[in-house]
This record gives sequence, C-alpha cells and structure tokens, in this order.
Amino acid sequence: MSPLKIEKGASSHSVYALRDPHSEIVEKHTLAVLVENEPGVLARVIGLFSGRGYNIESLTVAEVDHTGHRSRITIVTTGTPAVIDQIKAQLGRIVPVHQVHDLTVEGPAVERELALLKVANDGEKRVEALRLADIFRAKVVDSTLSSFVFELTGTPEKIDAFAELMRPLGLSELARTGVAALKRGEL
Amino acid sequence: MARQMTGAQMVVQALKDQGVDTVFGYPGGAVLPIYDEIFQQNEINHVLVRHEQGAVHAAEGYARSTGKPGVVLVTSGPGATNAVTGLTDALLDSIPLVVLTGQVATFLIGTDGFQEADTVGITRPCTKHNWLVKDTDKLADTIHQAFHVATSGRPGPVLIDIPKDVQFAEAGYIEPQKARTSHYQPKMKADIESINDLVSLIEKAERPVFYTGGGVINSGPAASQLLTELVEGTGIPITSTLMGLGAYPASGKNWLGMLGMHGLYEANMAMHGCDLMINVGARFDDRITGKVDEFSPGSHKVHIDIDPSSINKIIRVDLPIIGDVAHVLEDVLKVWKSRGRKTNAPAVAKWWEQIGEWRAINCLSYKNSDKVIKPQYALQRLEALTKNHDRYITTEVGQHQMWAAQFLGFEAPNRWMTSGGLGTMGYGFPASIGVQMAHRDALVINVAGEASWLMNMQEMGTAVQFNLPVKQFILNNERLGMVRQWQELMHGERYSHSWSESLPDFVKLAEAFGAKGILCKDPADLDDAIMEMINHDGPVIFDCLVEKHENCFPMIPSGKAHNEILLGAEAAAFSGGGALV
Ligand SMILES: Cc1ncc(C[n+]2csc(CCOP(=O)(O)OP(=O)(O)O)c2C)c(N)n1
Ligand SMILES: [Mg+2]
Repeated sequence: MSPLKIEKGASSHSVYALRDPHSEIVEKHTLAVLVENEPGVLARVIGLFSGRGYNIESLTVAEVDHTGHRSRITIVTTGTPAVIDQIKAQLGRIVPVHQVHDLTVEGPAVERELALLKVANDGEKRVEALRLADIFRAKVVDSTLSSFVFELTGTPEKIDAFAELMRPLGLSELARTGVAALKRGEL
Repeated sequence: MARQMTGAQMVVQALKDQGVDTVFGYPGGAVLPIYDEIFQQNEINHVLVRHEQGAVHAAEGYARSTGKPGVVLVTSGPGATNAVTGLTDALLDSIPLVVLTGQVATFLIGTDGFQEADTVGITRPCTKHNWLVKDTDKLADTIHQAFHVATSGRPGPVLIDIPKDVQFAEAGYIEPQKARTSHYQPKMKADIESINDLVSLIEKAERPVFYTGGGVINSGPAASQLLTELVEGTGIPITSTLMGLGAYPASGKNWLGMLGMHGLYEANMAMHGCDLMINVGARFDDRITGKVDEFSPGSHKVHIDIDPSSINKIIRVDLPIIGDVAHVLEDVLKVWKSRGRKTNAPAVAKWWEQIGEWRAINCLSYKNSDKVIKPQYALQRLEALTKNHDRYITTEVGQHQMWAAQFLGFEAPNRWMTSGGLGTMGYGFPASIGVQMAHRDALVINVAGEASWLMNMQEMGTAVQFNLPVKQFILNNERLGMVRQWQELMHGERYSHSWSESLPDFVKLAEAFGAKGILCKDPADLDDAIMEMINHDGPVIFDCLVEKHENCFPMIPSGKAHNEILLGAEAAAFSGGGALV
C-alpha cells in the first residue's frame, strides 16, 4: 500500500505551475498608510516591520488632517511580491489603520524627499559646490564664509546623486526626510 | 445628559452593559477602586485566581466554551506582566478576551513609579489592539470599543490600561450603542464570483478534501452546522486541525480524524494526495504543512478565511475567499444546491476506496499491556466512560495533548480547549476552571501531563474555593514526554533534563488543598478509578501512572513532507514500512 506518488506540478491544477516565475525577485514599493493619529500607532507599524522581519528603507509620518486626526505614513519597503502582499495585509489588520495604498502598483505617483546638506569648504571647491547646486536647483538656506547649507527636494535618487557630488567637496552633514508620495491624477 | 460616575464605576457599568457575568482577576494597588466597585454589586461574579496567568487562561477557557469574550482584571506592573503569556496564547489561537489592567496614576507614568510597567508597550505585539486611557471621559467608549474589536473579524485579545487617577475621576458614561465602533468593520461576506468558482471545483473534483480549523469554531455554532451539511451533502472527506476539532462530529461518516504532525495517517495522506483542498478557517501552520515545498503538490487550493493576511502567508492558494466561515458556507451551500447538487461521484467513490486502504493501516494502534497503563488506553477508557456526559475537555501541552486529540471524539464545537498556536504548558488547568465557571453542571476534564500541570497547580486553590468540580486527569509518565520523544528520535537518545524528578504525591497534594486525590497504576483498576473521579462532586486530581517511554505516533518529523510520516511499530508492521520506534 504505497502512498500516492505525485510529482510536483504533475496535476494541471498544480499551484506550482501557476506560481509567478519572477516571484523571487525583490521589488521596492512605496506604501501610503492612512491611520488614526492615536498614541502608539507609529510603534504598531514599526513593530510590525521589526517583529515580522520586513525591511524599511524610509518612513515619514505626519498628521495630515488635524480635525479628523488622520496621519499619513509613507513607507518605502522592499521584498518579493509575496512579501509585499503580506506587508500590506498585515498593515491592514492594525485596528487604527484605515487604508493601505501601494503607490507602486496603483499607477504613476509623485515621490519627493527633502534633504539638507552642510558643505564646508573654501576656494575652488566652494565655487564648484555652488555651481552644482545651481544645476540641481538646490537652494542655499544658510551660509558662512566657509560653509553652505543646501536645501534640495527631489526623488531619493536625485538626492543620492547630489550628495555623492558634494562628498569630495566637503559634505559634512546630511539630513533627509524620507519619501512623501502621492498618486498622480485627479483621484 | 450622560450619567456622571467615577471611572471605576464606569468599568463595572460597561462590563454589565456588555453582558459580562464573570471576571477572572487578581487585585492590587492600581485596581483597588475597581475592586471596590466589584465589592458593592452582585451581578458580576469575580473569580479570584492564584496567579494572573491563570486568570487569562481561565478567561480563554470561558471564551472558547461559550463563544463569548473572556474578561480579566489585574493590577499594574507584575499583574500585567504575568498576563503576557495568556495574551500571546489567545492571540495565536484567536480567542476573544478583554483584559483590564491597572496602571500608576497618569502623573506618575514615565517616572518608574512603584509597580509601573509600560503595559501597552509590552503587550502591543501580543494583543489584537490595546489602549492606555488617560481620560475618564474616554473610558466607557474605549471599553465598548474593546469588546467590539475583540469579537469582530478574526477574534483576539485586547487590553485596556487604566491609570488609578482615571478610575477615581468622574465623567459622563457613554452607552454601548453610542460607542465609536464604525471604523473597525471587517468584511463578512465573500464575493459571489469566488463562491461560484468554489462550487465549480467541488462539482468536478476527483480527490477533494476539507481541511478545517479553529476559524469554524470562532464563526459560531451555525458555521459547524453548515459545514456538516456541506460535507454530508457532497460526500467529501474532512479532516481538521487541533483547533478545529468538534466542528464536524467525530462520529460523522466523512471524518478522517485530525491532521498534522501527530495527525492520522489517512488524514495526512489525503491532504498529500488530494486534487482539491478546501481550507475552511485554518491557517497552514507549520505543524500542518510540514515541508512547505512538498505540501500537497497536486492540489488546487481554496482558502476561506476572515483575515486577508492569512491568505498566501505560507502556502500560495489558487482561490482565496475572504469572509466569515458561516457566511461563506451558507452561500456555497445555496449555490451548490441551486446548481443541482452535483459532484463527481464515481471519482470521489474511488477516492474513498484509496482512503479506506490508508485507514486499514490503523495508524493509532499500539501495544496494550495488562501490567502498566498505556496512555492511549487510559484515554480510550476515559472516552468510553465520559462520552455520554455533557463533557468539556481541556488539555495541557505535550504527548498527552496529542493522544487526547487522537483518542477522544468531539461531537460538537466549543467542547475542546487546547493551546494550539503557542503550545503553552500550564494552560489546561486554569482553562478548565474557566470552562466550569461557564458550565457549572458539566463534566469538565483537563487531560494533563504531570510537568505541564505543575506549571499552574496553584489554581487548585481557586477550584476548591469556588467549588468547581474540575477533574485533573494527569497522565503521569514522570517525563517531559514530548521532549523525551524528540530527544529519542532526533537527538541520539540523550535525555537532557527531560524527566520529572521530585514529583509531589498528587493524592496528598489534592488533600492539602482540600480536594480529592486518586492514584491509579493498574490497568485493571482504571475503569473503577475513572468512575470514582466522575462521580465525585468536587475537584479531583487523578494521578494516572502510565508507561514512561511511550511515543506518540503517527509523527511527521518537522520539515518533512506528509508522505514521510512515521508510524508506530504496530501500524508499521501492518503497512510494511515507515517505522521508527
Ligand atoms: C511553557 C512551556 N515551556 C516549555 C515547553 C516545551 N515543552 C513542550 S511539551 C513539554 C513536556 C510536557 O511534559 P508533560 O506535561 O509531562 O506532558 P507529556 O509530554 O509527558 O505528556 C515541554 C517541556 C512548552 N510547550 N511550554
Ligand atoms: Mg509527562
């Protein structure tokens, strides 16, 4: 009496045949999580990511509706499609979470980050830093005779690129907000 | 205008308005105002446990056996931290609980005050939701919300932390109907398309199987009835997880027995070989799937669950159906009937033949003895002598738990309370107390191992004080039996710290608490001893000395596939292979 010997994928119904062949590829997704702004809600979201071993690349949060006490948390995370689906489902279970939007799949979105960069230098380097800032449309928001603080908004990639250029020119401190994102279009 | 009252009065009023009749608790400085209010009323029974962990497990037993949320009241600091194991247990098994903890006064929070602990911080990952109420105005509303959240959607434990000054202060009481609950409304009904798809699959399947779990029990008695009707109507075999036992009657003709690591051979083989798996309220736990890559390789998988995060968490399914089990099954039955009650009867009949061959192996067979009581025999006798009673069973964790699941039959839901997800030794005794509080005239038996039982033995005091005739049926192998079994099979028989030494004399222990103790070691005396236990009107510790080195089979070693199941010597001799003894 031998057990049924069934090969993987032997049946036309096999789930293995249906599995997305790319499912092991790690993707980056931007999630917008609308929450009730009650104490501890951020701890719940962060605790979910650490407790279940998910990645957070960046996270921003602020109250966006002061009368309704709603906050918007924007999370950039990475994972295989299955992990991303789990993250969204797990976020959706948190009681004060009202909505979870995956801006990466819901259509085109605008993503912006703000950075402040302190660059300390003089002479040629100072001139070069200013010239590059101009190309990147960074603003000078503070200046001494031997330093600038630049303010730059853009995609995270643009900020990475600018920071790389500033590094040899005397970049001494960098503060970034993390990504804020909105879906494009009317709705 | 809303009725003015103190926070402590609000707590008691809100519990009454939520229909609470029993609270399990333990007092302390930070909940004294609430205890003062409890003292001054008679509608709510308070059961004084002997340890806060016991309170939470008792509330779980109460909840699981009634379908109502269990309620716990404990003090701040150590009272709250002692409740953590129970909260985690309830979270993993989706048991609705409302736990009220006292907290130091709001102006002391953050100062490391006496008996201050960050209770909401500590319990955030082990509750479905929790609240720290800093304002008496919000207290009643929060308690009503808490009951709503604990019992809606996938049930679970919630906790409300109430600082002492909030209990003293006065504010207006908010009635349950006026509480803010609208923001949390999980979806109950599934899309009709997915229901139609499932019916099509049922109509065509050649080797279908129902795989059901605790979600059926949580959905309420109607879910069990609908499940039974669908199973009998379609003639499809059914197996269940540990948590789902009783949803379909064990005497039903389609019952395959429990599946999983210590599940029945025929149940696991049916899971492995099926072409249609209909998961109803189960969650593909690793004790069920074994090796995920080789789990039921040829099947079309359907998953009915109220919690979207359960879908595709471990096993990718072909047809997810998100909704409450009772709602979904009602729709499935309706559609299946309206389309002419079709099944692929000839193929399913062949499938039953195959299952019959697996069944013939008789995977639960064991070598009995007339010298020493075999644990399986003890449970068979317990089953025979108690099955016609109004009976509820709780268990501890270990071999005895698995044998209880294999050898006891459950005909209805809510009759079987066990710690499934967390596997908490020490669960069963306090749970039996909670069950008995809810069912005063029923026969409540905790099938225990001696080691687990000792973990919450202080609750003998509770059982005696409240005249709760709970029967502690201890299968005493003087071993941490399940640990010993793994050491024997997986760790070269090196029995590192897996035996129970310096055990108490359980009969004397019972007597020391003012209860009855029974010792039984001869198989010939077993029936009389069990009858003596049943007939005694009061709590009993039954010390059943059993074979020390019995192994629990079948067993799927962790990480192995269903068809790599190990059988005991008796069954293996018959099947011609797969033995490891
Ligand atoms: C609180 C807790 N600690 C440790 C374990 C690990 N564990 C699982 S079963 C077991 C042995 C249980 O022994 P006993 O209660 O005598 O039951 P038996 O297996 O002998 O029937 C242990 C230590 C657990 N499940 N829970
Ligand atoms: Mg033992």
